[in-house]
Amino acid sequence: MDNRFEDVAGVRGALAEANYLADDGIAGIVYLADRLGKPILVEGPAGTGKTQLAKSVAEMIGARLIRLQCYEGLDESKALYEWNYKKQLLRIQTEGGGSNWDEIEDDLFSEEFLLTRPLLEAIRAEDPVVLLIDEVDRVEVETEALLLEILSEYQVSIPELGTVKARQIPLVFLTSNATRELSEALKRRCLFLYIDYPDLEREREIVLNKVPGIDENLADQVARIVRSIRQLDLKKSPSVSETIDWARTLVLMGIDKVDAQTATETANILLKYRTDIDKAVKEFSEAPDGLDETES
Amino acid sequence: MALADPQADTPLLDLLGGFIVELRAAGLPVSLTENLDAMEAVTHIPIEDREAFKYALGATLVKNYAHWKAFEIVFEVYFTLRGPEYELVGEGEASDGDPDGEQSSLPGEGQAQGGGGGGQSLTPEQLAEMLFKALMNGDGAMMTALARQAVKRFAGMEPGRPVGGTYYLYRTLRNLELDSMLDRLMESAQDQAPQPLTKFEERLERDEFADRIEKLKAEVEAEIRRRLVADRGVEAMARTLRKPLPEDVDFMHASREEMADLRKAIYPLTRKLAVRLARKRRHGRKGALDFRNTIRHSLSYGGVPAEPKFRFPRPAKPEMMVIADISGSVASFARFTLHLVYAISNQFSKVRSFVFIDGLDEVTKFFEGTEDIGHAVHRVNTEADVVWVDGHSDYGHAFDIFWERYGKDVGPKTTVLILGDARNNYHASQSWIIKEMQHKARKVFWLNPEPRAYWDTGDSIVGEYATHADGCYEVRNLRQLESFVEKLI
Repeated sequence: MDNRFEDVAGVRGALAEANYLADDGIAGIVYLADRLGKPILVEGPAGTGKTQLAKSVAEMIGARLIRLQCYEGLDESKALYEWNYKKQLLRIQTEGGGSNWDEIEDDLFSEEFLLTRPLLEAIRAEDPVVLLIDEVDRVEVETEALLLEILSEYQVSIPELGTVKARQIPLVFLTSNATRELSEALKRRCLFLYIDYPDLEREREIVLNKVPGIDENLADQVARIVRSIRQLDLKKSPSVSETIDWARTLVLMGIDKVDAQTATETANILLKYRTDIDKAVKEFSEAPDGLDETES
Repeated sequence: MALADPQADTPLLDLLGGFIVELRAAGLPVSLTENLDAMEAVTHIPIEDREAFKYALGATLVKNYAHWKAFEIVFEVYFTLRGPEYELVGEGEASDGDPDGEQSSLPGEGQAQGGGGGGQSLTPEQLAEMLFKALMNGDGAMMTALARQAVKRFAGMEPGRPVGGTYYLYRTLRNLELDSMLDRLMESAQDQAPQPLTKFEERLERDEFADRIEKLKAEVEAEIRRRLVADRGVEAMARTLRKPLPEDVDFMHASREEMADLRKAIYPLTRKLAVRLARKRRHGRKGALDFRNTIRHSLSYGGVPAEPKFRFPRPAKPEMMVIADISGSVASFARFTLHLVYAISNQFSKVRSFVFIDGLDEVTKFFEGTEDIGHAVHRVNTEADVVWVDGHSDYGHAFDIFWERYGKDVGPKTTVLILGDARNNYHASQSWIIKEMQHKARKVFWLNPEPRAYWDTGDSIVGEYATHADGCYEVRNLRQLESFVEKLI
């Protein structure tokens, strides 16, 4: 197959153009996924841009994004394909008793009556596609098996029709919030990418990039405050999207320098649990001398 | 940083083979396909691009983020710089060749020193001063160079000495006096600020500097490792650095650092467990056959019970009582277990907890109405009244008190969980209480954080209690704790 990317730096640059700031790890793995023809399993805390990565990659290579949102109880007919039985019934009725049964049967299980679902659609696509299988940890372990064939062979077997092979190997992203351990079989077939909270510099860049009208000073402050908050022992640390929301709010409020009061007043944008907010407010209004233990 | 190509001395595939063997030895499950993927991956990414190379290997070999740290260490040891400048050919000689090579690769350094000559002529004070400046300005390249300098000067590494890296690390860091460095940095930041810093700004500054100092420490550590590798060879070094994965860390012998890791690991674990248990409850359970309903429906089939009807599944939630020894070495074990039990407390109709050393106290109230389990566990350790005479474990007396005060609350729905090593300091065992308890309660489980081989040695009388309990389990690490809790429900 032809390769989509020249080298790692190229991926990184192109992602930046699509407004996604990748670090070396992310860019390297996307590049590798293309070269090895393997899916990427993206794991990490909520709101660190796992889904966004797939979207941005699609935008970057000008491909269509096909998305399969996973949920508990997802099954074959929702993920792979389904026979359009109403249409099949109609076909039988219009035919009446005239023609012979074998013909009708052959006809009934043809592509005309096949309803494609995201996975099959991605396989059959003629144009370039990126397949995103979102929150794969939500499906049951048994349902995971559905994905195995498509992830390793890029094909779907339909008993009545035979095997549908991919015309081109799509880039596949699976995201997971790690609410459960995924099966070995699934993990083995994927490249594993863990997206953690970004470091200070990257977060600042992201804020600058995503929040229109913010000046560098404020972005820097925002990134630093968020980093300090993440060091606390919280139920849910602020995610990147929450950081962006917060920065937007600050810009809208016309604040150009965050002080303790503004920070505590707007903490509810960053933190979503009462106890977390209390903790952060307490930490930041106290004398810093008592805080050394959180840092060591 | 200039990178020597390890391919120069060892073919890459051989190196990779050894690397994977070492990963497996460190406990990472690397399958054959993953191995092959890694081999293919390295053909696409040049080893000179070290970050990308590392992530490429990581993506193909490590499929669990908890294992990433272990991977990083092995990676560093195997694919680290192994040029001649790292050999420890006696302190004097090495220092001649080394700093020149480094300085020429770091153009900034010469000017920063202000013509003060090679690194060797620096006094410790000058070194500290330069370090201070580098930290103040956040100059990464400078920090790396200084970390090297510091290791060379202070660690006192000698070839062939069988001392672990931690020893050298300790020696280097002690000489750098990083604690006072943080205070100095803060003072200077105060001085430089146009107006006095508010507490809030001060806090942010402090975090920033602390972060830089952490980075410096990491540099020092990496430098020591590099030198050790040069001295002892890759395999030997990897072996000494081998550490248990977080889920295998022994509760009773965890270092402070490992404890911190464990605390971090427990939260996602509880979340995972809670989701899984809730799912288990919702699915896969069918109520008992509803005879009456089945017969009623059979009428429409002419009396043939063709369609069996089942009762709506209403699995009873058990009541939990946790009795935990919180003395000395088993305290951390009790802490983790309490944490876990409360994190999944919605799986139980009621959870009550008791802690003891030689006295016993109920601590349920600490957990009520708080969302912050970590905080509650902390209160248990500081506020509970558990000492009766001398603060040495006395299981017999603790059980006495429990049975007298709370024995009546133990009923057929109660599952009792006893946590402790049963090292009773040769007091009376009062094991009849466990026997009675087992009769009244639904189940009585004993969890022992000691390795099974140590049970019933010395003053441990776990065997005597275990005969009366429904089960007695060795729970030494998170993995075992997780699998026990899953069995429990």
